[in-house]
Amino acid sequence: MKKIDTCGMSCPQPVLMTKKALEESPEGLDIIVDNNTAKGNVERFLKNSGYKVIITENEDNYILEARK
Amino acid sequence: MSDKKGIIIAGGAVGIISVLLVYFGNPANMGFCIACFLRDIAGGLGLHRADVVQYIRPEIIGLVLGAFLISVKNKEFQTKGGSSPFTRFMIGIAVMIGALIFLGCPLRMVLRLAGGDLNALFGIAGFVAGIFVGVIFLNKGFNLKRSYKISKTEGYIFPAVNIGLLILLIASPSFLFFSEKGPGSMAAPIIMSLTAGLIVGGLAQKTRLCMVGGTRDMILFKDMYLLSGFIAILVFSFIGNLAFGFFKLGFAEQPIAHTDGLWNFLGMAVVGWGSVLLGGCPLRQLILSGEGNTDSVITVMGMLVGAAIAHNFGLASSAAGVTANGKVAVFICFALLGIVSFLNSESLVKAGNLSKASN
Repeated sequence: MKKIDTCGMSCPQPVLMTKKALEESPEGLDIIVDNNTAKGNVERFLKNSGYKVIITENEDNYILEARK
Repeated sequence: MSDKKGIIIAGGAVGIISVLLVYFGNPANMGFCIACFLRDIAGGLGLHRADVVQYIRPEIIGLVLGAFLISVKNKEFQTKGGSSPFTRFMIGIAVMIGALIFLGCPLRMVLRLAGGDLNALFGIAGFVAGIFVGVIFLNKGFNLKRSYKISKTEGYIFPAVNIGLLILLIASPSFLFFSEKGPGSMAAPIIMSLTAGLIVGGLAQKTRLCMVGGTRDMILFKDMYLLSGFIAILVFSFIGNLAFGFFKLGFAEQPIAHTDGLWNFLGMAVVGWGSVLLGGCPLRQLILSGEGNTDSVITVMGMLVGAAIAHNFGLASSAAGVTANGKVAVFICFALLGIVSFLNSESLVKAGNLSKASN
């Protein structure tokens, strides 16, 4: 599965990067984020775009798995 | 709808608290104004000598500390920095100058409209236009590169400085400046302003309330979340103003405002564009400063310096209108934002050149 790393990017970059990556890989995507704001924003965007999201919490980041 | 409940309540609280602050002494339509209050602090510290706008505004201190406390409590305090700090500093200066041409940050723009000041409509039109321009560059790959985790100590300094400011305000030593007339002399009691700041700071941290993010996300992603907060502030402060009899509809003789529509538009266009590049409005920058984002601290320092420049160089508008120097400054700000936007947009500048420059 395609993977993108949005750590350290300010708003709205994590969502923009997700949007762009999904255009190239519409079947699904793994997104690494490093803060709650980005996690919430990306999750909301994915759900609004019709994806299911599974979130794994690690020590200093989150991985969001978006699947159709 | 349920996900928006929190931010609508927060926006409503900001609207009501803003009206209450005016009732208890703040200047009209200025319950909160991040630009005006940072400008007052710059004056209070003697960075500029405009004697009508000098005060250490406790609202600012409260906003930073409220965001700090809630972020620590929710384990969201993260010290980071290093995402083009000096570029952010310069954009901070531009955003402040734009705001002082219009006479208000995006938050006060909404509060002005809610008080019946129709000049704010030109401001909002400019603000939205500025956001559109910023979004065009976002779509061309604009970004200010990543920030990195840094030592926790770095993140604690800004909240500590704000506690220091509060001590200074209470001690009020003779080297500080406090306006005896004008907007700087109009203030709610310290304890109320501080409490209001703490509450709004906590709510804004929790809900990520951002005045520029609303329009930006609506254009980019058709996402209404942040815009609901923006609208809630407008609606609730409008109701509050009606209830307290503060509402006065019209263009002329509005409090701390001028009627020059073109420059209200252009000033807020600078603010909207600059805020998109920064990733958040002046309020959001303060909140992020409280939660350990030192790039936002640098931005706030840029705004503080911008306020000093605006008054020392005679750029800031007043009720009498816009100054000739101010008009020139707006064009310099547009040029700065244009250059910064272009050079940091990956699809406009070849990726190879950028990575070479960063090595």
